[in-house]
Amino acid sequence: MTQLIETRNLVKEYVMGTNHVFALRSVSIAIGAGEFVAIMGASGSGKSTFMNLLGCLDSPTSGEYLLAGQNVSALSGDQLAAIRNQRIGFVFQQFNLLPRTSAQDNVELPLLYSTVPAAERRQRAVARLTEVGLERRLDHHPAQLSGGQQQRVAIARALVNNPSLILADEPTGALDSRTSVEIMALLQKLNRQGMTIVVVTHEQDIASFAARIITFRDGRVVTDCANTPRDAQAQLADLEQLGAVA
Amino acid sequence: MNLLATLRIALKALRVNLLRSVLTMLGIIIGVAAVITMIAVGGGAQARIQDQIQSLGSNLMIIIPGSTTASGVRLGAGANQNLTEDDAIAIANEVPEVQVAAPSSRSSGQLIAANNNWATQIYGVTPDYLEARDWPLSAGRMFEPAEVAGSAKVVVIGQTVATQLFGDMDPLDQTIRVKNVPFAVIGVLATKGQSMMGTDQDDVIMVPLSTARNRLFGSSQGKLRRVGTIQVKVIEGASMQDAEEKIRALMRQRQRTQPGQDDAFTVRNLTEMLQAQEESSRVMALLLAAVASVSLLVGGIGIMNIMLVSVTERTREIGLRMAVGARASDILTQFLVEAITLSLIGGFVGIVLGVGGSYAIGAFAGWATQLSPQSIVLAVGFSAAIGIFFGFYPARKASQLLPIQALRYE
Repeated sequence: MTQLIETRNLVKEYVMGTNHVFALRSVSIAIGAGEFVAIMGASGSGKSTFMNLLGCLDSPTSGEYLLAGQNVSALSGDQLAAIRNQRIGFVFQQFNLLPRTSAQDNVELPLLYSTVPAAERRQRAVARLTEVGLERRLDHHPAQLSGGQQQRVAIARALVNNPSLILADEPTGALDSRTSVEIMALLQKLNRQGMTIVVVTHEQDIASFAARIITFRDGRVVTDCANTPRDAQAQLADLEQLGAVA
Repeated sequence: MNLLATLRIALKALRVNLLRSVLTMLGIIIGVAAVITMIAVGGGAQARIQDQIQSLGSNLMIIIPGSTTASGVRLGAGANQNLTEDDAIAIANEVPEVQVAAPSSRSSGQLIAANNNWATQIYGVTPDYLEARDWPLSAGRMFEPAEVAGSAKVVVIGQTVATQLFGDMDPLDQTIRVKNVPFAVIGVLATKGQSMMGTDQDDVIMVPLSTARNRLFGSSQGKLRRVGTIQVKVIEGASMQDAEEKIRALMRQRQRTQPGQDDAFTVRNLTEMLQAQEESSRVMALLLAAVASVSLLVGGIGIMNIMLVSVTERTREIGLRMAVGARASDILTQFLVEAITLSLIGGFVGIVLGVGGSYAIGAFAGWATQLSPQSIVLAVGFSAAIGIFFGFYPARKASQLLPIQALRYE
């Protein structure tokens, strides 16, 4: 399997006054294309820092990060912006949708920063929203959507540029458990279609939907093991049965 | 990301906070409107003074007799009737800068036509007089040199006199008795309006100089050819000062004034007086515009203020845009375009208000206003410049945010 992500001795150090804080101490990890990985750890374990580095939102203090074979640890701000635009789709805990902006316009946003013509932007946004089951909510503003629907808009936005990687930072942190399972089912479906997905979470429940779980503590990887993923779709069916009985 | 898309985003962002956007624009609107109105009012005042210069005749100088002392009593200027028709001829012939030198004498008297009568100013003039004053006729003709030489009893009347004596009737070829001497009306002067001092310049009749002297004014029988004043029109483009000096020298020579002795005449340069007045009104207009532009500046600071608030408020949005691929320059452009859009929309509304305001002042306050296209161009340029200048700092601040910090901003 080709390695989509490869980090070599990644170090991130923050200077706070005279204190040097190591958020990451030499992390070397490889993630292949098509994997579904959960990154776990308590707060302060360095998992969010690692996530920011993977997402090209931040640069490492030392070490190398290769994304699809390209070393991105020494690129300029504009080059990183282009990589975020073309290669990576983000899903955030707080959805981060533009307020008072329709679902369709929100999904089109990444395309505004590439060279896609307007007609194709619209068509791609509609296609992605259909894929996440929101084809009847195109003109709804975030405030008119439920939390789960908002997160699905965010996933459509992450997909719209055909990225090679989806980074989800606590994607279910603001959702109830049933909606969380729905979102995980959607991510599993995307994974089955070949999308590489990395989910950062501190919930064991959520991590158990992934095929590989990497645990961080104090800026280091402590465990990295394969997992037999639970099927979110099946669990949804169970929940529905329970609901019907109750 | 193209500019049109940026503009659409900017308009949308401004629409989302409509009230705030409008209030921000208000500063620019008031500033632009004030600048345009003030320049229009100033321009109107200037135009009025220029009209007065026009009505006086351009490049005009008046030579009037000096004072005289009789038995220790000093009489005022003009008391000494020491100018003659020959002086006027000499000035016209010997000073190259002079276009025409028109002698004139003035008196007043009663006019009678049919059953109407009217008291007015009577000017004894030569045909050159109208050229000196840039004063056209509205009907008929001016008298000819032959009629001046022959003391013909012909008269050219002003509009006011025409109205007073003849009403709606055609005054041409009618007979007026001036001081009981019958005159034929051969011409009617065009309307000249008020003079600088507010006297009605159209309340006048003109008769040949010789006729006035021999038949109406009844003083100084013919031989001395005395006149009250000489109006001198200087050739367009020639120096008024040179002309004035040469006339002065010539007159001193003709009047045999000893060196060191005062002039026995006065040369008044009326155009210069008016130009000084025009200059002062121009300064006034500039001052008004300067005060008005202070409000433009304040409006610009208002834009900067709101843009800074907006950048802070939308930090997460900026972080998100960066996360999905916006470069720093995209963010800079976005906020800059927003600021410029604010100030340009404000500028255009300001122009509409300013133009409306100028007309309103013209219509209700009765002030002459004159819109100048330059002031409108200036106002638009200025408001765009304000948008760029005051929008740049907030926009730059936004573009320099770090994506991870902006995303986590609460």
